[in-house]
Amino acid sequence: MKVTGTAIKFGDNVDTDVILPGKYLVLIDPKDLAKHALEGLDPAFPEKAKKGVIIVGGKNFGCGSSREQAPLALKYAGVKCVIAESFARIFFRNAINIGLPVIECKEISAVVDAGDELVVDFDAGTIQNLSKRKSLQVVKLPPFIQEILSDGGLIENLRKRSNKK
Amino acid sequence: MDANVDMIMVHDLTGPLAVEAFNKIGVKHVWDNQKAVIILDHQVPAESVKAAELHKMMRRFAKEQNIRLYDVGKGGICHQVMPEKGYVLPSTVIVGADSHTCTYGAFGAFATGIGSTEAAAVFATGKIWLKVPEAVRINVNGEFQKYATPKDLVLHIISKVRADGAIYKSVEFAGPTIRGMSVAGRMTLCNMSVEMGAKNGIIEPDEITRKFLEGRTAKALVPFESIKSDADAAYEKIIDIDVAGLTPQVACPSSVDNVKPASELSSVQVEQAFIGSCTNGRIEDLRLAAQIIKGKKVKDGVRALVIPASKEVYAQALKEGLIEIFTDAGALVCGSTCGPCLGGHIGLLASGEVCVSTSNRNFIGRMGSTEASVYLASPATVAASAITGRITDPQELEGSKA
Repeated sequence: MKVTGTAIKFGDNVDTDVILPGKYLVLIDPKDLAKHALEGLDPAFPEKAKKGVIIVGGKNFGCGSSREQAPLALKYAGVKCVIAESFARIFFRNAINIGLPVIECKEISAVVDAGDELVVDFDAGTIQNLSKRKSLQVVKLPPFIQEILSDGGLIENLRKRSNKK
Repeated sequence: MDANVDMIMVHDLTGPLAVEAFNKIGVKHVWDNQKAVIILDHQVPAESVKAAELHKMMRRFAKEQNIRLYDVGKGGICHQVMPEKGYVLPSTVIVGADSHTCTYGAFGAFATGIGSTEAAAVFATGKIWLKVPEAVRINVNGEFQKYATPKDLVLHIISKVRADGAIYKSVEFAGPTIRGMSVAGRMTLCNMSVEMGAKNGIIEPDEITRKFLEGRTAKALVPFESIKSDADAAYEKIIDIDVAGLTPQVACPSSVDNVKPASELSSVQVEQAFIGSCTNGRIEDLRLAAQIIKGKKVKDGVRALVIPASKEVYAQALKEGLIEIFTDAGALVCGSTCGPCLGGHIGLLASGEVCVSTSNRNFIGRMGSTEASVYLASPATVAASAITGRITDPQELEGSKA
């Protein structure tokens, strides 16, 4: 699986309250959630994300609540992938389960500027920065997680597996 | 590893997405209706038609699947209701669609937060894949000073470990101070282990645990002697802390590891003081706050909100006369709900306002406006601050007899 997009950068400890504030948790349609994606840090984010972006975050991205509405809001706003120096564990699992590609890369903030064009190749375990002509090697996700992502999420993956039986 | 789940909990904000996902999987029934619980707590009573629809959806699912649901007025905050009603037992595996599910480690359970889709998968299969986490041990020694509490201890620990210092790890609290600590204090510690990134918090169960659980479950308890850390257990890190010198601590905006002594923040004026949440809404917390507030008045210009964590806590507070102490002082006592903690419901903040709170997160926009500020502290510090109208070390208030 390959993902391409323009980089939007954030710092450390981007929490789920800024990704999707609690007052919007009553919204159940992902398209409605998307309108408030990252509202806590940048109310203009949904507009910027429309063209298809890759978020580059610092340490502990997605810390806080278990709300799956956070990765859902990002995905439906147009985020193709989140690359962070490290992730909070529930966000990481949630993102995979709803089919939002995520990958950890300790050096990412240092080698990417906002606006850089990135290509993430999950099969090869590489991140290419086309704007800077640089390529990074990352630890690949285990095969069963890659399979969940390429199926589009855990539910699709479970359905596929139960159909095979 | 694939783990068998002993108990799963979802609430009104994570349950609806789980139900939608469950319906898509194509399985008709949950794997075991005795092992699933639904608790409505985040936006109760319904604060909008949208919330009411979600509650209706959860009630229907509970009925179809014959799952126990704790409705408005019957339960309270999920992490208080789960142990009270005997769903949390030592050496069990519990997952909950809420990040503070790690609270149950206070009883020697392995408990961790998951998302809605994963909850749906557990509903269908009863299983979850888990990585065995590395362990961090925190040894706690010494006796607390008056008005220094487990909340001050955990804020101090988070300031040392940092917000990302325990990502994916298991945090074990041990040592003589923990052995002497009430179940309430242990729950506060384990509750906030997720604020350092931990997968779970855990404490060895003992006689104090047994006393709490007695009469709450019909199930036979595993002998606690077998639920111990191995003598040769490998720890990624061991941290030793003596609480003897620990003073009341406060986490300043807008991260939980931005911690300062309460005494250094006495110039911070507050508009709202909140005592409650799954972190500090227990009877012990209300007693401590009432002890400070008794006979005094909430400062003009301050809204003090007191929210008992469950119906049981509320009833006990009523019996002990605590509710009267709060209302006499000019505090508002609300029905059990997560309420202001997550900014979805009651007690929201306007721009420029400051809240001192016993809850667990102070992120930007957590309690309402993105331009409001939240300071996290113990029930004693929040009670003292409600009286003075500025962040106040309760030890100082005691000295001045204000």
